[in-house]
Amino acid sequence: MKRESKRTGVFTRRTLLIAGAQLAALGWLGSRLYQVQVEEGARYSTLAEANRISSRLIAPPRGRLLDRFGSVIAGNRQNWRALLIAEQAADASASVEAFARYIPLTDTERNRIERDLRRHRRFIPIVLREFLSWEEMARIEVNAPELPGVLVDVGTTRQYPLGPQMAHILGYVAPPNEADVAQDTMLALPGMRVGRGGMERTHDEVLRGRAGAVQLEVNAVGRVIRELDRQEGTQGRDVTLTIDAELQASVLGRLGEESASAVVLDARNGEVLAMATNPSFDPSLFNSGVSQAQWVEWTNNRRAPLINKAASGLYAPGSTFKMVVALAGLEAKAVTANDRVNCPGYLDYGDRRYHCWSKGGHGNMDLRGALKNSCDVYFYEIARRTGIDKIAAMSNRFGLGTKLAIDLPGTRQGFVPTRAWRASQGKAWNIGDTIVCGIGQGYIQLSPLALATMTARLATGRAVEPHLTRAIGATPSSGARPEDWPSLGLPERLLSQVRDGMWAVVNEPQGTATIAKLDLPGVQMSGKTGSVQIRNVTREQREKGYKSENLPWELRPHALFVGFAPHDAPRYAVALVVEHGNAGAAAAAPIARDIMYDVLVRDPARRAEPSPRLAGRS
Amino acid sequence: MALNERRLIRAEADFGIATKLWRVSWVYILLLCMLAGVGYVALFSAAGGAAEPYASKHILRFGFGLVLMVAIAMVDIRLIAKLSWVVYAGGVALLVLVLRMGHVGKGAQRWIDLGGTLWQPSELMKLALVLALAHWFHKASWERMGNPLFLIPPIIALLVPVGLILKEPNLGTAVICAVVGGVVFLGAGVRWWKVAIVVGAILLVAPIAYDHLHDYQRARIDNFLYPERDPLGTGYNIIQSRIALGSGGMWGKGFLQGTQGHLNFLPEKQTDFIFAIYAEEFGLVGGLALLGLLAAIIVGGLAIGLRCRHQYGRLLALGISTNFFMYVFVNIAMVTGSIPVGGVPLPLVSHGGSAMIMVMIGMGLLMSVHVHRDVEFEDGRDEL
Repeated sequence: MKRESKRTGVFTRRTLLIAGAQLAALGWLGSRLYQVQVEEGARYSTLAEANRISSRLIAPPRGRLLDRFGSVIAGNRQNWRALLIAEQAADASASVEAFARYIPLTDTERNRIERDLRRHRRFIPIVLREFLSWEEMARIEVNAPELPGVLVDVGTTRQYPLGPQMAHILGYVAPPNEADVAQDTMLALPGMRVGRGGMERTHDEVLRGRAGAVQLEVNAVGRVIRELDRQEGTQGRDVTLTIDAELQASVLGRLGEESASAVVLDARNGEVLAMATNPSFDPSLFNSGVSQAQWVEWTNNRRAPLINKAASGLYAPGSTFKMVVALAGLEAKAVTANDRVNCPGYLDYGDRRYHCWSKGGHGNMDLRGALKNSCDVYFYEIARRTGIDKIAAMSNRFGLGTKLAIDLPGTRQGFVPTRAWRASQGKAWNIGDTIVCGIGQGYIQLSPLALATMTARLATGRAVEPHLTRAIGATPSSGARPEDWPSLGLPERLLSQVRDGMWAVVNEPQGTATIAKLDLPGVQMSGKTGSVQIRNVTREQREKGYKSENLPWELRPHALFVGFAPHDAPRYAVALVVEHGNAGAAAAAPIARDIMYDVLVRDPARRAEPSPRLAGRS
Repeated sequence: MALNERRLIRAEADFGIATKLWRVSWVYILLLCMLAGVGYVALFSAAGGAAEPYASKHILRFGFGLVLMVAIAMVDIRLIAKLSWVVYAGGVALLVLVLRMGHVGKGAQRWIDLGGTLWQPSELMKLALVLALAHWFHKASWERMGNPLFLIPPIIALLVPVGLILKEPNLGTAVICAVVGGVVFLGAGVRWWKVAIVVGAILLVAPIAYDHLHDYQRARIDNFLYPERDPLGTGYNIIQSRIALGSGGMWGKGFLQGTQGHLNFLPEKQTDFIFAIYAEEFGLVGGLALLGLLAAIIVGGLAIGLRCRHQYGRLLALGISTNFFMYVFVNIAMVTGSIPVGGVPLPLVSHGGSAMIMVMIGMGLLMSVHVHRDVEFEDGRDEL
């Protein structure tokens, strides 16, 4: 019994304490009520009887994208638009009908408006029509009494002053879809856009900013009387890219009418100075929705304007891959720079004959000569001696067939085969496949961006990663200094043996790309050409005297060129693919020469300010 | 022993239905009727000065709830005690069920469709938890209370529903559930520091559970904790609710004279934000009067516990009253913008059928404690 009374005593004591705490909490609520209703209430009590308060959110302007010198490459411009706030209209659909009497709406627009009215809460403004002309605005304002809930305001819309030049880098913005709004309800505000693809998507959250709010006094029919309180949203931050807009324009200009893409890197830190893809499209068309006809035109175009060929186009690298094969062989000690291989014009292995591009053969070739003449037989042999797995491992060190850390969405990785990959397909690897890989054909698929990365790494010996972001707001991105990038771990001696061969390609008589020799005193470019067939040449064709220029356009070989300059102090790397351009030496090398000339003269990596626009070199 | 038996028999004999009805606290029921009346007035106003669609339904439901409450009050408290763990198991089963196949509404999976109306099993779970904990501690001897191992089963009984409700996710109800459970532990005589350890452990486990949530579930919790993240949703409600309160001032605008609510500035005005409608029209004075009425109901419930002669009834009354208090506190704190929004209704005032019925079931249990406050009820005090 004593225990029981103890238990009762504890319960009573504690219940009284808990009751006291609960009463105190209710007392605190009472004091909060006093605070909100009486102390702060004065702020609202001055309002006239008939007026009420409405809260409205304002969409922040989207941050801009700037080139490395601060030129605007994606900005905002004013956009006058008609909005409808359902809670201020007695009957929202009646207001829409009335609006359509003054400004005709298409069925598509009506469907969208109906959907928005269903989807959003009544106090969120719905866009009726964007990009109003002065005349249309006047028509709305004059007839305002018949349009309850309709108002005209000014928002911003995305503008790309350079149009198609930057389209593939910037991506585009589009109205948010339902999934976006579920993630961030702020996107329901009219005029909010979501980045789709490119830098607009990479930096979407930084660029987007935060919504602000205005408290408005509105009269009984919902017209605004005055503004009571305004909390400014924060504007999206600007993002500075590594691109030099002028260089980009110049590179694109040099690509002319070709279906081609080129990448220019700062070889020391991986900054992408230009990434041009031809043909292109105008990204501002996406802002208000692309027409069906335009879309069909783009998707049916065999030169594929919507695809960023520089980062997402995959090609066999052809002879531009030979430097990597050489380094794999040198490092594996399968060959030294002075070892000679005899080229009779073909290599027989098993029951197959592998042809050199030179029908009569090159004779005895060392590494330098083989690179200079782009001798296929030499590299067939080196590849055979080295083995595919070592070649693949070396490729990966040069950024080929591995994932690049680039901040551009949609970049494709490319592919370099290994024995393990072939085994995973349930097939055995043939030495013949290795031989073909020796000249960058077969299963190998790489993007121009990856080839530019390879060239920059060859030139500097550092594992630089290509990147497009230079600064977010005022904060510089990391990776701008060469020391930020680790060494590839290859002996300088081996690298310079390969670079020497690349020098000979451009600068020695009888090199395959002497046409690419720079017309600049004391500055030399080193490089390598490549031409890749897109279908096999049969023996029959070969004997008949096969000429690729006679093929239809889409069957002609691709032309490639990779290069860096200056040879003795590498600073810039370039990679170029001209689709169906026939031969690397004839189609790609002259363009690469002009691009490199332009890059060296502008020298964007060293300058802080944009240069006065240079006259194009004739 | 003989004496005890005789008293028990006498108690049984005396306990006809008329006696039971006589023992019901009609004053307490009057307080509840007053509260429901306030609800009627506020909902009448929320509908723009009409009984339809909220107020008439509200009073109908309350009538039904009142009958239910008195009926439950007639049930012998010892029978209720026997069923405690059955109800608890049922509550947990429903919680699991709602996670597997419940309706997703208002951003969380916490509703079950029961004959056309949507029910939140977590509401039932709070009562079931109180029943189960009260039963456990009722059976406990004072010596066993001192043994930490003895506390493990009730702690698990507390953690399981809290975890499940957290997963829905319904952070507000999970917190209320944990607080109500903790208060029952305290009332049972568990030492303060032990309760503190349990609460501390829950706080430690919560971030781990948070990591196991899906992204969208996490976003909901974040929106709950930081409403400014979501200015078009919950943040908007708070701003509008404070404007409604503030424009009410000291004396209010008068019945049906409120503007904020009528103009549809205030979403969910008939449910979670009904207090704002009421306080806009009746001012601080009306708000404080309502708070006083609510305080009387809470203190009355605690007093029922103090007058009860068996531990089960005492703990039940404490738990149910605390649950009611938590509703009131979270709702009004939310409406005044003092804490993040939790989707908790104001009991017997907010529009909503299932919440009303659950509150009235709780009140029925409370009243059964009152009616059966003196019954002989075997407990664990002689066990060792």
